Amino acid sequence: MSETRRITLIVNGEHREAETPVRQHLADFLRGTLGLTGTHVGCEHGVCGACTVLVDGHAVRACLMLAVQAAGHEVTTVEGLSLADGTLHPLQQAFCDHHGLQCGFCTPGMLTTLVEFLAEHPAPSEEEVRLAISGNICRCTGYDSIVAAALAAARALRGDAA
Amino acid sequence: MKPAGFAYHDPQTVAEAVALLGRLENARLLAGGQSLMPMLAMRVAFPDHLIDLNRVEGLDGITVEQGVLRIGAMTRQRSIERSAAIREACPLMTEALTHVGHLQTRNRGTIGGSLCHLDPSAELVTVAAALDATIEVAGPEGQRDVAIADFPLGFMTPALAPEEMVVAIRIPLWPREHGYSFMEFARRHGDYAIVSAAALLVLDSAGRIARASVTLGGVGAAPLRVTTAETALVGEAPTPALFRAAAACCEGIEAMEDPQAPAWYRQRLAAVLTRRALERAWARATGEAA
Ligand code: FES
Ligand code: FES
Repeated sequence: MSETRRITLIVNGEHREAETPVRQHLADFLRGTLGLTGTHVGCEHGVCGACTVLVDGHAVRACLMLAVQAAGHEVTTVEGLSLADGTLHPLQQAFCDHHGLQCGFCTPGMLTTLVEFLAEHPAPSEEEVRLAISGNICRCTGYDSIVAAALAAARALRGDAA
Repeated sequence: MKPAGFAYHDPQTVAEAVALLGRLENARLLAGGQSLMPMLAMRVAFPDHLIDLNRVEGLDGITVEQGVLRIGAMTRQRSIERSAAIREACPLMTEALTHVGHLQTRNRGTIGGSLCHLDPSAELVTVAAALDATIEVAGPEGQRDVAIADFPLGFMTPALAPEEMVVAIRIPLWPREHGYSFMEFARRHGDYAIVSAAALLVLDSAGRIARASVTLGGVGAAPLRVTTAETALVGEAPTPALFRAAAACCEGIEAMEDPQAPAWYRQRLAAVLTRRALERAWARATGEAA
């Protein structure tokens, strides 16, 4: 069965229109159909968090959503976090500064998850950060540097000196 | 792209969804997708038709009216978690949600999905059982109510006909000054609990227990009320010894066994978590704990 649908949606602020098989999940659509390979696919069944993107501002697992379900919605991927001139998002800068990544496979999911979390919790505790990223698996860092980066980004976003 | 092929339907109304359910063979409803999508990816579910409820109007929303909390089936777990009205009127549910999955899954997962998936240790089902909820079900002949006690037919099997769907859950609220607690033990935070316990208590003016609810998740094929414990509590003055005695009722309950935990371990956990939940509920009922 190869039913397809033409969908329109907004991705990183841009209006996009494309054909997708109805059984294709959003992560594969973003990567394969739109060429936005920043979103990573790890487990493809909702346990690793690598595929996390923002849909209407909320962090969701893109492997647990069909591309057709995103029609009419606004999706932000890791590619949409930095400014057009290449200036990194404060979270991305903090990940660089604090070695918040090694191989980088988990990073897009960590970043998108933390974007929503920090918007709601501008001054989180370390414990709250750890809980927020509990659905994102990292096989490299041991998480400490990610937590440090998130706390530094929170300070930067609040405008406190780092 | 891991799921097997299916035909996709996205009805706009409950009537359309019910009509599709009646007409199509081997159809599944897709709510938040946090359980069904993995099942499709692993090909343990392979429906010929997927009926997506995400564009059906009027299925989400939270209202508190005349002592009853009503939550639409497609209300996201995250909206429930963040609802000030629920935190105020039904804090047991807010507390239980801190154990459900992760930020990303709660952003999509729905209460109707949790109820219908009916995992034996699903936190929201345990809460529904603890609070004597009523499930509103729509079908070709209109709507009917199902008491939560009658909702599970067995392991992960809700009492729904093939052409029926859940549209909302109604919960009669407990008096404002009730004490509550939800506790669970899981291998990792966000996993389904091995065992969970929900306790609610109301004290009378003399400080005795006027009303009690004790519920276990993860022990039976579906969350279950421990009526023997409830009977042991009502009319008594709350003391640690009373809570120990009530919790001991859990040890006689026939428990599931799986590779994660043997039955005796679940029974032990059930008793310990029930005792702790009762103590916490008592502390909250007397205002000694937040
Ligand atoms: S790829 Fe989506 S959660 Fe792992
Ligand atoms: S940096 Fe390698 S998995 Fe996280």
